[in-house]
Amino acid sequence: MELAPGILLAVGVIHLVRKTLDTARLTPAWDKVLSKIWLVSIVYFFVTLLPFLGFLKEWYGRLIYVLLLITVYLMREHRSARLLSGALLPGFFVYVIDHFFRFAFPAFHESQSDFFNTAESFAGLWLLGFGIYALIQNNKEVKNRQKQEERIRQAEARKAELEHLVAERTAELTEQKNELKKSLAELKAAQDQLVHSEKMASLGELTAGIAHEIQNPLNFVNNFSELSVEIAHELLEELEKPDFDRELVKDLVSDLTQNQEKINHHGKRAANIVTGMLQHARSSTGAKEPTDLNALADEYLRLSYHGLRAKDKSFNAKMSTDFDPTIGKIEVVPQDLGRVLLNLINNAFYAVHQKNTQLSESSQLSESYSPTVTVSTKKLKNAVEIRIRDNGTGIPDSLKAKIFQPFFTTKPTGQGTGLGLSLAYDIVTKGHGGTMEVETKEGEGTTFLIKLPV
Amino acid sequence: MKILVVDDEQDIKALFEQRFRREIRDGAFQFAFCFSGEEALAFLQEHPSEAILILSDINMPGMSGLELLGKIREKSPAPPPFIVMITAYGDPEKQAEAMRLGANDFLNKPLDFNTLKEKLAHLEV
Repeated sequence: MELAPGILLAVGVIHLVRKTLDTARLTPAWDKVLSKIWLVSIVYFFVTLLPFLGFLKEWYGRLIYVLLLITVYLMREHRSARLLSGALLPGFFVYVIDHFFRFAFPAFHESQSDFFNTAESFAGLWLLGFGIYALIQNNKEVKNRQKQEERIRQAEARKAELEHLVAERTAELTEQKNELKKSLAELKAAQDQLVHSEKMASLGELTAGIAHEIQNPLNFVNNFSELSVEIAHELLEELEKPDFDRELVKDLVSDLTQNQEKINHHGKRAANIVTGMLQHARSSTGAKEPTDLNALADEYLRLSYHGLRAKDKSFNAKMSTDFDPTIGKIEVVPQDLGRVLLNLINNAFYAVHQKNTQLSESSQLSESYSPTVTVSTKKLKNAVEIRIRDNGTGIPDSLKAKIFQPFFTTKPTGQGTGLGLSLAYDIVTKGHGGTMEVETKEGEGTTFLIKLPV
Repeated sequence: MKILVVDDEQDIKALFEQRFRREIRDGAFQFAFCFSGEEALAFLQEHPSEAILILSDINMPGMSGLELLGKIREKSPAPPPFIVMITAYGDPEKQAEAMRLGANDFLNKPLDFNTLKEKLAHLEV
């Protein structure tokens, strides 16, 4: 074979091999060597032109072959290289056998030269065919790899997308959570405010009435004291006379005394009203103290009566008490329990007043209806019982379950917050570990029953 | 002048009797006292056309002063009797209501007897 086309072929083959096996990436050092094949081959060509180095032409092919074998060996781990080795090996064997016979059995080799030539050609074709096969396989593999990479890329992209969605959703949920937290805090604040305003409302009801109520005693204190001053002047005038009228003086002194007594009486009356009101306003420390429940009930009964009467002078009811003197002192929070009693008593008075109004409006009022609220206490085995009974309108069965619910009220708008009973219930049950029950008959009356453990 | 005073506070009687001691002694005024609207109506029934002036508190248990006013004006739309209502300070609604029902004048609590005496003097004239 001529060298020049041989060089071209060899360079082409080497280049193909390099590309197919991807030697640039997998054996970069060797690849560098292979890349010089152009240069080496051209130098080789000129070398063979030298007079006594012509025999090197033959050796070129072997050189290329060896290069290929080295390449295959270096990349023996890769499938494509192994394939190439399959292509190269027959040629190799043919070469070895051919030379063996040429040197060992030259005569035999001469006689069978056709066979050996054919074998050489076959090896060459095999190399070509196998090379093409290897190329096709390689392409397939590259395509597969690319497909897989594409698939991985898509999966990664999907994953990134999902992560983004999750992050978005998490942000949404976090924001919702924060909003809910805020709403909860706002609701709690509103609830606190409502409880406070219920307290203020019941206080406000009292103060409005109290202010009214105090005016009367104040009226007497002012007027009787003025009168007393006048009487005192008159007295002095009379006593200046040498022959003062003894009887007149006695009368005047008696009037004076009476006036002072009245002043004292009305002054105390006003003071009591104020004290009661202040006690109600005092914020509870929450501390339990030994308390005389009878005195507490009595105080709040009168407080309630005062307040309601002052607010509406048409209000008229009897109050009666039945206190068990043996109950002694119980550990309670006096302001809290007082509020409970005040609330229940207020409701009782309201109920009898309602019934009174209803009966008078329908002209059924008779002397026989005597609106009465009774507060009684009784000592039980391990508890103390407080009863607040009225003979008012009673509670219909349909409403009985609702009365302890917060914000439930049957009073017209603006007159009741509806919190009184639910707070009272909480104070008795949660604050004091007691029970609160109601017995009622519509049209006849209601009894609230509080039991406190001792 | 015969004056009927209607108020649920018992001490009002002692107060008026001392405040008008001289006038009572001189016979200028004659006072009668009732402690509820019902009592007042009964009194007026028994002593018709006697009271020239009625002084009534508004806030009373049972029949309120305004109810009493209404009932009296039903029978006697025009004075006599003159009716003066005693109201709590700063209660404009009740004042307006009283005037609407036919009251002739009103006074505030706590009672200022000087003002009252002035008004009575005007009425006499």
